Parts: sequence; C-alpha cells; structure tokens
Amino acid sequence: MTLEQPTKSCSELRRAQPVFRGLEAGHRACQGCGQALAARLVTEAIGPDVLIANATGCLEVFTTAWPQSAWRVPWLHSVFANTAAVASGMEAALKAQKRNTKVVAFGGDGGTFDIGLQALSGMLERNHNVLYVCFDNEAYMNTGVQRSSSTPHAAETTTSPPGRERAGKRHLKKDLVTIIAAHRIPYAATATVAYPSDLRKKVRRGLQVEGAAFIVVHSPCPLGWGHENALGIEVARLAVQTGLYPMIELERGELVGAMPIREVHPVTDYLRLQDRFKHLFADDPRAREELEHLQELANHNIEVYGLRAQKPDRFDSEGADTVRRGGMRTA
Amino acid sequence: MAQQPLEGSQAIAQAVALCRPQVVAAYPITPQTHIVENLAKLIADGKLACELVSVESEFSAASVVLGAAAAGSRAYTATSSQGLLLMTEVLFNIAGLRVPLVLTCANRTVGAPVSLGNDHQDSMAVRDAGWVQLYCADNQEAIDTTIHAFRIAERCELPVMVCVDGFTLTHTLEPLEVPAQQQVDNFVGPYAFARTLKPTDPITLGTVLSHEFYPEVRHAHHRALLDAQEEIVAADREWHALTGRSTGGLLSIEGPPDAQTAILTIGSILGTLADAQAEYRDQAPAKLIKLRAFRPFPVDALKQACEGLRELVVVERAVSLGSGGIIAAEVRAALSEMSSPPRVHSYAIGLGGRDVPMNAYPKLVAAAQSESPPRFAIFDLQPAKLPAEDR
Repeated sequence: MTLEQPTKSCSELRRAQPVFRGLEAGHRACQGCGQALAARLVTEAIGPDVLIANATGCLEVFTTAWPQSAWRVPWLHSVFANTAAVASGMEAALKAQKRNTKVVAFGGDGGTFDIGLQALSGMLERNHNVLYVCFDNEAYMNTGVQRSSSTPHAAETTTSPPGRERAGKRHLKKDLVTIIAAHRIPYAATATVAYPSDLRKKVRRGLQVEGAAFIVVHSPCPLGWGHENALGIEVARLAVQTGLYPMIELERGELVGAMPIREVHPVTDYLRLQDRFKHLFADDPRAREELEHLQELANHNIEVYGLRAQKPDRFDSEGADTVRRGGMRTA
Repeated sequence: MAQQPLEGSQAIAQAVALCRPQVVAAYPITPQTHIVENLAKLIADGKLACELVSVESEFSAASVVLGAAAAGSRAYTATSSQGLLLMTEVLFNIAGLRVPLVLTCANRTVGAPVSLGNDHQDSMAVRDAGWVQLYCADNQEAIDTTIHAFRIAERCELPVMVCVDGFTLTHTLEPLEVPAQQQVDNFVGPYAFARTLKPTDPITLGTVLSHEFYPEVRHAHHRALLDAQEEIVAADREWHALTGRSTGGLLSIEGPPDAQTAILTIGSILGTLADAQAEYRDQAPAKLIKLRAFRPFPVDALKQACEGLRELVVVERAVSLGSGGIIAAEVRAALSEMSSPPRVHSYAIGLGGRDVPMNAYPKLVAAAQSESPPRFAIFDLQPAKLPAEDR
C-alpha cells in the first residue's frame, strides 16, 4: 500500500485553513488605518463566541453605515462614554443566564483615556469578566484630529497647534496603564499593531483570566499623524524601539513582562516620519528643547520598565514580529 | 387578597422582584435609594435571583441595564432628579435602540436651587427621549404600574418610565396588596427580546444612519409610542380582570358627570384633590381628570374626557421656564381640535415639594371662573417673599 502523496505544500495547506474574521473587509476606514488592522487582529484572536460593546469613534463609524455592517460578531454601539458600563451589563446578563460567551469592549483613546474613564474605572473596580481593548491613536481622529489626554507631549493636533507661543501639546501623555494597574485587575497589557503575534497572545491571555482585563493597542493613524499610508507598521514599531511606547504586561498591577529592545533607536527616528512632530525639526531652540524632552521621556520608560535587552532574544523588539510556524510558533 | 402595610419603595421593590429581573443596576440618590436598597436585600436573602450591579453613576446604571437587556436579560433601574438628568444621553439612546427596559423615577425637583422636594421637573425634562411615561397617583398604582410596565415595554419594544412622587409615595406607609407570584408570571411572561445579541446570529445594533433613512426611523418610533396606547389600556384591562384593580389606563375621570369644570392633574396630588372633591362636593363641584400616560400623550382620550366642559384647570408640578405649563401646552394643542373646547387654565403647584393642601381644590375651581385667567401662573406663589422687582 502506498501512502497518498499530498498535492499541496504544507504552507499552502496552512493558508487554505479557514480563518475566523470578526471584522470583514469592505468597511470604510482610511487607507493604512492602524485601528482597522488592530480591530481585525483582535477579533480574529477572540473568535466568534463574543459580544462586543463599541464606543463612539472611527471604528464605529467606518464599520456600520446602515444598512451595511462589517461585523460578523454581535456588536452594540451605545454612546461615547458608557462602553465599559454597557459591557458590564452584558456580562451581568450572561452571568445571570449562565452563558459562557465572552464580553469585549472596544474604545478609542478619547473614549477610554478621557470621556469613558469613569465608566472604565467602575468596570475594573467591580472586576467584571470583560476584556476592554483601547485602540490608541493618540487624538480625536473621528472629529478631525483634536488633542486627547493620550496625545504625546509636543505633538501637533488641530487643538494643539504649534505657533509662536506654543510647540504643540503642552501636557504629557496620560500614563493610563499606571491608572489601570492601580485597580489591581487580573491582567493589563500594552500592545501594538507592529507586533501581531504579541498582540494575539495578549488578547488570548486577556480572555483567559477570570475577571477584568485591559489592553491598549498603539494604532497609527496616517491622517492624524501625518505619515505615509504604507508606513504605519514601521512607525508603530519605532514607537516601541525608541522606548516611547513600552510593551508591558501587568498582573494584579505588578509588572510581569516587558518586550526588551534589542537596538534602541533615538526618538527622532520615530518623530521624523510624522508631520505631527514636524515643528520639532525646525531650527529653533525651543524645538530642540522639546526633542530632548521627548528623548528623556523615552529614556525614563526604558529605565523604569527595564527595556534594554541584555542579549538578542526572539521575544525582543527585533524578534517578536517574525512570524514563526509549527514548532517555532511563539504566540 | 390581604393588604399589608408597606413603604412605597418597599412595595415597588417587591413589585419589581415579582417581575423577575435578571439584572438590576442603580446608583443611590434621594428619594429613590430605598427602592434599590430593598432590592439588594431581596437579592441578599435569596428571594430574588438577580445580578445587582452597584455602579459608579446613574450614567453607568442606565448603560448597564441597556447592555443587559440587549444581551437577553430583563433589566431594571431606578433614579431621581439629578440622576435622571445624568442618564439623559443614555435614555435617548435606549429608546432609539428600542430596547425594552423599566425605570422607576422617584420624582424630585432639579437643582439649582438644591432641594430634595418632590415635583415633576426631572421626568418632564426627558419627555422627548422616546420613553413611555406613566405617572402613579398612589402606591397601589405604583405596584400595579410597575408590573404593567415590564409587559408594555417588552410587547412594544419601548422603555417605560414609571414615575412615582418622591417622599409622598416612596417614603409613605400604606396598606397595599402585593399580587401573587403566579399571577405576575402569567401576566408578564418570560423576557423575550427579538434582537438579543447572540454569537449564533450576530447582529449590529446602534449603527450610523444617514438622512436617507433617518426620518423613517423617527416616524416608526413615534408610531410605536402612539400604538403603545393600546397596550397600556389592554394591560390595565387585563390586570383589572385578574385583580379587580384598575389604574385608569391612559386617563380616568371622577366626579359629577354634568360638571362643566374639571381639574386635570398627574401624580400623587390626585389623592389630595380626590379627597377634597368629596369634601367640597356641594360648594365646588368639578370633575377630576387623572392623566396617567403622559407619553404617549393620549389626545383622543383627552378630547373625549373634555366633551361638554367649559373650564379645564390643568395643575402640574413642573414648569417650562420661559414658556409655562408643560402639560397645559399639550392639552391646549390637543383640545384645539375640538369644535367647542373648554378654556384651559394653566397652573403649576407644589414645586420643590411645597405641600398642596385640601383647600387648594376650591381655590382652583374658583380660579376657573375668573374673567381673565392668566396664561400661566404658579398657583401657590407667595409674592410677599419676593423682592418687589421679581414679583
């Protein structure tokens, strides 16, 4: 008896496997939208057995222009500020009905860092079994790029324009993860679209834990950040590699993991690609001062989270975006 | 059925529990607080199987019950005054999503000036949110209306606000009949929301809608509220057959059929005015019209009730500042469709919890006969307390 020879290569067979997509193609996001990519990756990792509560924002607008919808999962948008509370209610209902379906909340940085923070804090304090995912594109993009409390220091937005008296946003980016950590929830993490397998791993971990979990996903916005549409991943990767956006994991508020940076880039590598920081490259002492300031903020992150890699590692900032298959699969 | 002495809030909590909600969310505010405290105790004692979500604001309370109802559970919340206004954005959203929910509003005025006193400024402020609004005259009505509310909400896919006067009802002990569980189970039935979110049949709720469809959705919502009149009347009729008690459906009329003067009002001052009506039977004969449904506004029933009247005094416990009576304005608009409508006199009374005494009744009847009534006035105003320029 002879064994039947496969007619397709292993990689072809793998590609032929059906992949669950919670967010379908054909939505109305801008070209190069980091949030659309992030939401697709997150919903793929979640799977179909979920209820999603979505805050007002780009993601809601570009996916649900009635009578069309890009969602293949049950999805509810209520208002801007109440997403965590709506998710809390869904979870309470499922608990009462003894259903095991997951509840996930989606919000942008405006809906999470700012207007929805109280509802989020309530949800975390009550420890609802909900995974809250914040897509952080660092400004109010849906209304046309206004500063949020998540906008980085010195960045230009329409409400933090640089000018004779100002060098962009005057205040620091809110350290939301520390606020989340203070709630001592089972799991919290930062993630980015630049490291998809790391993001998937964190989503799965967030769903696994019993109780509240929070993930903030750095999601480039070509329109708001002023970078080339095709450069979103590179920009997002540099945010990690400069130390400006540390990749960390927290359990019960304690740091349990951080993605080491194999090769630390100067912040200017990241800033130079984006028009929102263009004014910092003018020949102006104040611009130089702000660049130094931003470099210091990155240095501070590297120090407090211990981000400098001791030796190359396949989970570090160079290795973690390498897709591995089979036995080498790391995510 | 035997009566038992219960505080209004306790009675409302028992009525809610009889409807078997699976999720209750609320935030403390006077005078609502006793309702949710009583529910918490029922849950703690194992008498009600329910998830109690003690939220961090009324805004979240409304949002939690919205999420719960959309996920397939009967849900309930209660609030008052500032709390209701903090919920406002979500109230519009719940109604627009056509999600069935029941909310008890323990009516209290809205600051500033701050007062715990009872009037209807809070629920009147959200009259355009798209909810059914039913007002209770006494605590027995509060029990019965709460039970009706779940049935009306779920059959019409509309949220229902049950308005009960703060303190006057919520904090008053009365002998009350609490119906049997079986009776309520049969009357309300199990929760079944057609658009329940479930992974096996994923739907998208709360989408973006362009002007291409927007007016049609508004029309459908308006239509649903108007049609809810039938369900309100049917619930009352069926409940009457079961228990022998009627709450009057949309509105009800008491008093001499040939009286040409009537007082129309809403909420708990009906009790005072009904007693006064008996007391002053000969001195000031008048009909008393109890408006129970304010949304939907029962135009046809109102026109019918006003047939043959010459004077109609609308007495209400809220003001649209800069305009005047809220109910009166709607009554005037409705009655303008009659061939010979009564004169409509518009008064606010008992604002901020000021007591409405029995002798308000003959004064109101007398005011109805005045040659040139004011378009609107605060009936129990004491001008001497005001500086001259504000009188």
